[in-house]
Amino acid sequence: MGLLEIEGLNKAFGSLTVTRNVSLSVPSGRKHVIIGPNGAGKTSLIHQIGGQLQPDSGRILIDGAEVGKLGPEGRARLGLARTFQKNTLFPKLSVHENVRLGAQARFGSPFDLFRPARRSTELDDRAASLLARFGLDHLAQAPAGSISYGDQRQLELAVALSGEPRILLLDEPTSGLSPTETKALVGVIRSLPDDLAILMIEHDMEVVFSLADRITVLYYGEVLAEGTPEEVTANARVQEVYLGAGI
Amino acid sequence: MSASSPTTWAGRARSADPVAYLQYPALAVLLAWPFLFSTYNTGLLTEILIFAIAAMSLDLLMGYGGLVSFGQAAFFGLGAYTTVILSVSFGMSPWTGWAAGVVVSAAAAAVIGFLCIRLKGVGFFMLTLAFAQLLFSAALKWRSLTGGSDGIGGMQRPALAGFRLDDPATMYFVALGAFLLSLVLLRLVVGSQYGHALVGIRDNEVRMRALGYRANAVKLIAFTVSGLFAGFSGGLYAIFNGFVSPDAMAFGLSGTILLMVVLGGAGSLVGPAIGAAVFLLVKQIASSYTEHWLSIVGIIFVACVMFFRSGIYGLLLRLGRRGS
Ligand SMILES: Nc1ncnc2c1ncn2[C@@H]1O[C@H](COP(=O)(O)OP(=O)(O)O)[C@@H](O)[C@H]1O
Ligand SMILES: [Mg+2]
Repeated sequence: MGLLEIEGLNKAFGSLTVTRNVSLSVPSGRKHVIIGPNGAGKTSLIHQIGGQLQPDSGRILIDGAEVGKLGPEGRARLGLARTFQKNTLFPKLSVHENVRLGAQARFGSPFDLFRPARRSTELDDRAASLLARFGLDHLAQAPAGSISYGDQRQLELAVALSGEPRILLLDEPTSGLSPTETKALVGVIRSLPDDLAILMIEHDMEVVFSLADRITVLYYGEVLAEGTPEEVTANARVQEVYLGAGI
Repeated sequence: MSASSPTTWAGRARSADPVAYLQYPALAVLLAWPFLFSTYNTGLLTEILIFAIAAMSLDLLMGYGGLVSFGQAAFFGLGAYTTVILSVSFGMSPWTGWAAGVVVSAAAAAVIGFLCIRLKGVGFFMLTLAFAQLLFSAALKWRSLTGGSDGIGGMQRPALAGFRLDDPATMYFVALGAFLLSLVLLRLVVGSQYGHALVGIRDNEVRMRALGYRANAVKLIAFTVSGLFAGFSGGLYAIFNGFVSPDAMAFGLSGTILLMVVLGGAGSLVGPAIGAAVFLLVKQIASSYTEHWLSIVGIIFVACVMFFRSGIYGLLLRLGRRGS
């Protein structure tokens, strides 16, 4: 059984069904990529897994335990982390402070009213080493809003990793990046811990095929195909509606 | 009604903050005040210090938490009523009454906050107002306990280590001590890991929850601590005045405290304290010339909102930066 399991998930906005009987399983260590045209319901699916959106029916399990009743914070505590399609950094905070705030959620004491946030060496060390891994250490003191978009996308990922998650959801991490920046980000994703379960939405086919262990194709909220990259490329329906259309 | 803040993260701007250099001279003036000025002015400054605590209490919730409450007078009033009732009707020491008032206010804030923090924006604003009105009518109607619209008077100011609070200077120093204690504690809170979580949730709740922060618990704590300090100031106000009436719990007082925060600059703690001083000074000076003093406050308020949204404190910051 996968670390992350989704069984028969359904979600509709009024008459628009964005998730139709979707099931998938992501074991520890796997990079599972979701592709599909715009409006296919990819982001909505990630929102339901993250707890930002309530499904109409179906089950979501982390490590075998159903998490449907938990809010996003409860799921984060079980080791689920995510990035958003649009950056959600704190632009006035420094790059370092953004990561420290992420680490604080898991390793700090957010309910200690009198422990100065600025004097936690443990959290500072965590933030510093993560930034070094991402090659962002030279920007540590810059306000997050002032660094380049490519660096912001990396920082977004660094913040998500700051709590040492077991499951990572990525919503189009390379969107808006230059080819060079994309390459750098792919390198970072490759270097993530071996046991991390990754479920990511990706647009760039080159990135998809260089990272994916498994691919799910979503089409109007439905799973059109699921399998290894080879199986999915060979799938006639996928070619017809998706790959053949040149995306 | 913006809850925008001049300094997003408490302390961050302090090193680069020209106003910070003024805090020691300001403290020196506050300490010397009763020896320099008349009893009357000392009384006025005592009142300012008491309301500064109330304004800072709301600032925690509003400036740092982004939760604009129109019910702060409820907790101020609970602190005041508890102090007077326990000391006049139950014969306890006003000090005990004050301590109990703080506990009662914090407990009430925990309960009311639990019901309010699930709402956001206008909904939150209206619900805090509704609860405050509920408590206000209780103060008005429960005559046997509260004395109705007349309130309860006749409380003697207590003594402290041999000093009688009847002496305006002693009363003043108690208020100054309470103010400084509140300022130091609240600064610690907003600079703590908790404080950073609170500001993060204000700025992006979805993000913070996804990181694992329990947003509702963080907000509830802010509401409770805010109520605690409001009760602390209310109890002190009762000791200062020797009586309490429903005015201490009224709609108008909630508005006044809110005005002090916006006027001074939300999200800075010191700003709302300055806002309290400016409000009460304008009231004092203008009301001796015209009955329409509240209009003058209104004009200043509108000017504040239109021309310097981060309040007087934000304006001082800008002037200071230009000067240095
Ligand atoms: N909160 C919402 N209310 C109504 N419709 C929505 C909402 N969120 C998304 N949608 C619609 O659902 C469909 C799927 O959106 P989304 O999951 O963002 O697609 P994708 O990420 O695959 O591009 C789109 O047609 C979008 O307009
Ligand atoms: Mg999307």
